[in-house]
Amino acid sequence: MTLIRQPATTAGWLSLLAVGSALWLALYQNLSPLAESLIGGFGLDRRTHFGEALHFFFYDTPKVLLLLTGIVFLMGVVQTFFAPERTRALLSGRRQGVGNVLAATLGIVTPFCSCSAVPLFIGFLSAGVPLGVTFSFLISAPMVNEVALALLFGLFGWQVAALYLGLGLLVAIVAGLVIGQLKMERHLEDWVQQIQRGEATWNDDGSNGWPARFAAGWRHVREIVAKVWPYILVGIALGAGIHGYVPEDFMASFMGKDAWWAVPAAVVLGVPMYTNAAGIIPIVEALIGKGAALGTVLAFMMSVIALSAPEMIILRKALKPTLIATFAGVVATGILLVGYVFNLVL
Amino acid sequence: MKDIKVLGTGCANCRNTVKLIEEVAAEKGVAITLSKVEDLPEIMKYGVMSTPGVVVDGKVVHAGGIPDRAKISSWL
Repeated sequence: MTLIRQPATTAGWLSLLAVGSALWLALYQNLSPLAESLIGGFGLDRRTHFGEALHFFFYDTPKVLLLLTGIVFLMGVVQTFFAPERTRALLSGRRQGVGNVLAATLGIVTPFCSCSAVPLFIGFLSAGVPLGVTFSFLISAPMVNEVALALLFGLFGWQVAALYLGLGLLVAIVAGLVIGQLKMERHLEDWVQQIQRGEATWNDDGSNGWPARFAAGWRHVREIVAKVWPYILVGIALGAGIHGYVPEDFMASFMGKDAWWAVPAAVVLGVPMYTNAAGIIPIVEALIGKGAALGTVLAFMMSVIALSAPEMIILRKALKPTLIATFAGVVATGILLVGYVFNLVL
Repeated sequence: MKDIKVLGTGCANCRNTVKLIEEVAAEKGVAITLSKVEDLPEIMKYGVMSTPGVVVDGKVVHAGGIPDRAKISSWL
């Protein structure tokens, strides 16, 4: 990765970005011919099962990786404007309602890692962010993330990505409102309740010129893409297998619209899974091609990402079991509704 | 001797931060005492919201993500 020295000036970055974007666009617009010529080079035909599976693989892999790189870079730059401290300042003292909407939205652009969910949670509460508003943030931040959005955009088109974004926000806002109404402050662990007021806070006043922001974007790409690409490759390979070999309408019988139990089953199945969105989405795309219903599949994805067992274990350090159960129950209900509404409408 | 603490609940980034600080200190030949703080109430006392955080001689100097080499070497 040190082939090119990172520019130190804004102009240097801009010219590098111009070259990068031009290359990116040229590649992106020629994906299908490239895939065709690749399988042609192997002497294969798209009309065979193997040829079709291989075309799917060689077309989708570069497409998804390109989109991921682009979106993750932009997000990395945007995130430099929303340090957790900044987001907290924006949210502190907000009322229910407006606060929940703002919190869920900021959840998209604030850098978040599930390993710092608890420090963030407590940091928000101690600065006077209401519990329900904090939850709106905590639900939206992992669920509506750039990797999921990039993959949905790449494999399903922007409409589905936008739908996922909107519904993810809606679930986060409503779930936070409900938790806020339930007044569950006493179900925080005792040490959290004690810490609540007037603790020392730390603010990063690091210099943030544009070169530093671009460098942060690039660092974000390296971190995320390096972590995620093996999952994508495996996911797309499995998806390609399904695409080429599984008969049409195979999924319709048990993941189609008419199976009422499919949505709850999808949500329950999603909880113990902690693969990031990257591995799941390509498989899901292939399943939809075989007749699975979009609502069921979206519910499954949201459940995999938003309700993960490992994150609950981390949160258990700060929340008593009643509050954890409420959190899981409210979010699961929201996701269920999303699944059913989708299957009804589409 | 500088006293450095890495705040974090044991994720990969926290371990990498510890390793990186050890490396930079060894390179520069600076003697440090390096410890990890994994206890959440303890971490919260420093007011850090995103881990890993780094504390040098009782003062928070960094939070959120792995610090880069230049930043580490400026602390030493």
